[in-house]
Amino acid sequence: MKSYIRTVAVCAVLLGVVASAAMIRGVSIARAAENKNASVTVTVDNFSFTPKEITVAAGTTITWVNHDDVPHTVVSTDKKFRSKALDTDDQFSFTFTDAGTYAYFCSVHPIMTGKIIVK
Amino acid sequence: MSDIIKENLNSDGIDRRGFLKCMAWAGTGTLCVMQGGVLKSFAFGPSSRIDRAAMKGDFAFAQISDSHIGFNKAANPDVTATLREAIAKLNALPQSPEFVLHTGDLTQLSKADEFDILDQSLKSVRTDRIYYVPGEHDVLNDNGEQFRQRYGKETSGDGWYSFDHKGVHFVGLVNVMNLKAGGLGSLGNDQLAWLKDDVKHLKHSTPIVVFAHIPLWTVYPAWGWGTDDSEQALSYLKKFGSVSVLNGHIHQVMQKVEGNVTFHTAMSTAFPQPAPGQAASPGPMKVPDDKLRSVLGITDVNFVRGKHTLAVVDSPLVVG
Repeated sequence: MKSYIRTVAVCAVLLGVVASAAMIRGVSIARAAENKNASVTVTVDNFSFTPKEITVAAGTTITWVNHDDVPHTVVSTDKKFRSKALDTDDQFSFTFTDAGTYAYFCSVHPIMTGKIIVK
Repeated sequence: MSDIIKENLNSDGIDRRGFLKCMAWAGTGTLCVMQGGVLKSFAFGPSSRIDRAAMKGDFAFAQISDSHIGFNKAANPDVTATLREAIAKLNALPQSPEFVLHTGDLTQLSKADEFDILDQSLKSVRTDRIYYVPGEHDVLNDNGEQFRQRYGKETSGDGWYSFDHKGVHFVGLVNVMNLKAGGLGSLGNDQLAWLKDDVKHLKHSTPIVVFAHIPLWTVYPAWGWGTDDSEQALSYLKKFGSVSVLNGHIHQVMQKVEGNVTFHTAMSTAFPQPAPGQAASPGPMKVPDDKLRSVLGITDVNFVRGKHTLAVVDSPLVVG
């Protein structure tokens, strides 16, 4: 009997935890929805994309900013997007509406690669 | 005043110890002249007591590279001025260059006015002709269309071509187009097929000079300093007794000898870049203002008939 009650109690606590977690998650999902059009920045510096890999929600706009003394480009390997040559302080933005993985590179210095994961 | 380096000949006749010693001197005002696989070094100073006759060849040509017209950041706020100094050096060479090779990155951003300023500046070079191959900075935004219109009238495909000069066969290659993610420079199958055909009927004794922007050997892959399919290109040149490869892109002098092939990269006329791995990235490197002109320069090449290799001499704008 005692163990049964304890099991029920544990379950209740767990359910409560899960329920609160779900509520919290519900709130954060909502927040994400509100921030769907938030802009995220990828820095281009020292011949690297930083962060090299980033996960964002669908609908997010990514902005690449070039801080190097040489021009770089942002080119999707699947031809989904392509920037002009970006000189120092130039920017390029793209809004990722569809979920998926988007590998990209700099077509001027192809050793530079990056990845956007859209959930 | 000359100083003959003690020979340390390998089986292929190349003085490797002397060669490595010379590599360390390049850019500090010492001229290393390679003739017939043996190195001679000459102290180079304002009074120039160089035995010029010893350096004369059947003909001379020059190489300049990486002028980056349009660049104006800390590493060199006035690249047009240093280009003009490089041109003055070309015009003061002991044996006038019969032509000049520009191995790419003429401009910083492929802009029309940048190309115009370059063309205007190069008008004062005293030579018969200037040949060009593009760097990655010259083909931004338009797949090299503007570059080919200006400099590639007699070229094929993305801008490759060859020409003969006094029995030497010159090949201009383009390895800055259609680059693949994560890769290095690239020649591509069309160009490789053209090259194979281009040299097919040449006699094995024909000296070959290949010039392209990105090094055709793997200098430093982490910085993209190499060409993915250069091995295949070089395989078509295996039969030739003398092959010289002249490149730019890395903004410093580097040399390598592999069998019958001598690889050489030139200084930039605009700004230096760090030695492989010596900095976070291969971008423009700021040096003290009074040192800048000692790390920029031109390359003078003498062809001596009957000799195994070209006499390649790098001169900084100022010995410093």
